[in-house]
Amino acid sequence: MAVLAFREALNQAMREEMQRDERVFLMGEEVGAYNGAYKVSKGLLDEFGPKRVLDTPITELGFTGLGVGAAMAGLRPIVEMMTFNFSLLALDQIVNSAAKMLYMSGGQVGAPMVIRGPGGAGHQLSAQHSQALEAWFCHIPGLKVVTPSTPADAKGLLKTSIRDNNPVIFIESEVLYGLKGEVPEGEYTIPLGVAEIKRPGNDVTLVAHAKMVHVALEAAEELEKEGIDAEIIDPRTLRPLDTETILQSIRKTNRAVIVEEGWPFCGIGAQVVDTIQHQAFDYLDAPILRVTGVDVPMPYAKPLEHLHAPDKARVIDAVHRVTYKN
Amino acid sequence: MKSGNSSRGAVHVPDASASIAEAHLVEQQERARQKDPQLLRDLLEKMLLIRRFEEKSAEMYTLGKIGGFCHLYIGQEAVGVGAIAALEPEDAVLCSYRDHGQALARGMDPGAIMAELFGKRTGCSKGKGGSMHLFDPAVGFLGGHGIVGGQIPLAAGVAFAAKYLGQSRVTLCFFGEAAVNIGSFHESLNLAQLWKLPVVFICENNEFGMGTPILKTSAIRDLSEKAGSYDMARAVVDGMDVLSVYDGISEAVERARKEDLPTLIEARTYRFMGHSMSDPAHGTYRTREELAEHRQRDPIKRFTSTLESLGIINQEYIDDLDSRIREVVDQAVAFADESPDPAPEDLATDVYLP
Repeated sequence: MAVLAFREALNQAMREEMQRDERVFLMGEEVGAYNGAYKVSKGLLDEFGPKRVLDTPITELGFTGLGVGAAMAGLRPIVEMMTFNFSLLALDQIVNSAAKMLYMSGGQVGAPMVIRGPGGAGHQLSAQHSQALEAWFCHIPGLKVVTPSTPADAKGLLKTSIRDNNPVIFIESEVLYGLKGEVPEGEYTIPLGVAEIKRPGNDVTLVAHAKMVHVALEAAEELEKEGIDAEIIDPRTLRPLDTETILQSIRKTNRAVIVEEGWPFCGIGAQVVDTIQHQAFDYLDAPILRVTGVDVPMPYAKPLEHLHAPDKARVIDAVHRVTYKN
Repeated sequence: MKSGNSSRGAVHVPDASASIAEAHLVEQQERARQKDPQLLRDLLEKMLLIRRFEEKSAEMYTLGKIGGFCHLYIGQEAVGVGAIAALEPEDAVLCSYRDHGQALARGMDPGAIMAELFGKRTGCSKGKGGSMHLFDPAVGFLGGHGIVGGQIPLAAGVAFAAKYLGQSRVTLCFFGEAAVNIGSFHESLNLAQLWKLPVVFICENNEFGMGTPILKTSAIRDLSEKAGSYDMARAVVDGMDVLSVYDGISEAVERARKEDLPTLIEARTYRFMGHSMSDPAHGTYRTREELAEHRQRDPIKRFTSTLESLGIINQEYIDDLDSRIREVVDQAVAFADESPDPAPEDLATDVYLP
C-alpha cells in the first residue's frame, strides 16, 4: 500500500471524484492558484481549470450559499472553509438553507454538497482560530458530520461524502494534515455511519474521533504496560453515529471513556453517554467519564494551550477511575 | 456595453398626486399599445388571481385554518406578475417569505398552495413548509425562503449551476428592500458580477421592513445604486405598473440570457396589508390616510383602467374574469379543506436522501 500524508489522501479523493463526475467542483478561499491554505487542493486548478476550481473572495456566507444554490440546481459542490472557524460566518446558509431545504420543500429539493476544511486547535492560534465545532453541526438534522482520523479514512470517507445526496460537514483536524499512513491502492470508499475499532481490547472502551484517536492510542499503549487492555472505537462519522459498534464494545468491556477535543457542555460525549446509559445501562460497571477540552476559549500561551486539550495523561487518569485503579 | 452605465433613466418615485397618477396612466397606455393583447389579459388575470387568493388567505387565517406567519402580497401583485411573465419555462425563481404571489404568478397550482397554507399532505411542500416555504421545482420555483436575504446567495448558486451546465436558464431572485442592508446581498452581488452569472435581482421596495420605514434603515434612497458597488447593470421600475416591471425585467433577463450578466432592479411598490396577518393593515408605523393614498395607485385597478381605455377588455369581461377566479380560489380552499393532514409517519421523512 502507498503511504500518503493525510492532506494527500484528501487531495486524491477530490481528484478522483472530480475525474469521475463532471458535476463536482471545488471552491473556497485560496483553493486554486495558491493550492489551498493547507495545500489540500494542490494541483487541482492545473488539472481541472478555473471552471471547476474557483478562488472565492473572503465571503463565507456568500460563497457557501452559492454552493447550496448550485447543489439545489444539480451540481455537487465541495466548499472549502479555510478553517472551520470561519464556517460560523456561513452558519445561516449551512443550517437554514443546506440542512433544511429537503424537509421544507417536502422532499423535492435537496442540497448534495460537502463543506470541508481544517478544524480543531493547534499551534498557538488562540481563541478565534482554535476550536472544535463538530458538536454544533451534529445538532442539526439534515446534516451529516464526518471527522476522519487517518489518511485512509480521510480518502474513503471524503469520496463517499462527495457522492452522498445530502449536505456533509467534513472536518479535518488541522494538526493531522502531515500525518502519514497507508492508503489502499485503487478505488475504495468507506460508508458513512460505520465506526471502526482502531484498537481491540477487553477492559475499557475509549470512544474518540479525529485527532483524539491518536491521543487515545498513545494512552492505550501506556495502559497496556499496566495490564489494562483498552478498546478504541472511532465513530469516523459523528452523524449518523454508529451506536451499535459502541454498544457492542460496552457490552464487552463494561466501562467507557469518551475523548473529544471540543467543549464538554452539550458536546459529542454527552450524546454518546446518553446512548450508552439508555441502551447498555445494565452492562456498566462504572460511571461513564468524559475527557474533553476545558470549558473556556482557547488561550494563546503554550502552557495554557496544552492544559486545554485532552492529553494522554488525562485519558489514562479517566481510565484508572473507571477501572477503579486509583 | 459597459454594464455599470446601463441604468435606465426613468425613475418613478411613488407619488399619489392626481397629475402624477394621470401621467402614469398615459405611460402605461403607451406601453400597453406595444404589447400583444393576450399577454395583457394574462397579466391582469394573474394579478387578480393573486389578489383574490390573498384575500381568501386572510379570511382563512382569521378562521384559524392557516397557522404560523402569513405574509400577504396584496398591493405588490404587479411586481411578481410582471417579472415572471418575462421568463421562459426553463427559468428559475427564488423569493422570500412573501411568496404566495410569485408562486401563483409562476403557474403553481392554487389548490396545492392553499393546501400548503392549511398544512395538508397535498400541499406543494407536503405541509412541511407552510406559507413561507412554497416549492415546485417542476416549474422552476425553488422556494420561498424565510431568512431575510438568505435566498440571494442561493439564487446566485442556481445561476452558477446553469452557466456551469451550459443551460440557457435565467434565475430571478426576489427580496424586500430590507435585504439590501444584509451581508449576503452584497456578497452575492459581488460574486454574480465577478463570475458573470445569469441572474436578475429584484428588490421589491414596499417601503417597510416589517414596521420600520426605509428612511430609517437605508442611508440611500435609490436602492438600485447599490449595484454601482459591483459595476452591475441596474434599473428602477414602477412596481405598481405591471408593464413597467415587465419591460424592465425583460431587458435584464435578456442581458442574463445573452451575456451572462446580472442586473439589480428596484421595483417601487407598496403593501396594502400589514407585514403579516398579526399586524393590522396600517399598523402603528403608518397612517390610514397614507395607506388610502397608496391604494389609489392599486396596480390592478390601474391596469384594468388602462386595458378598458384601450378597448382590450370591457366590464362584462372583468365581471366574468373575477367570477371565474373566485371559483378557482373557492376550489382551492375546498381542495385544501378536504385534503388529509400529514400522517404521523411523515414527520421523520424528507430529512435525508438515501
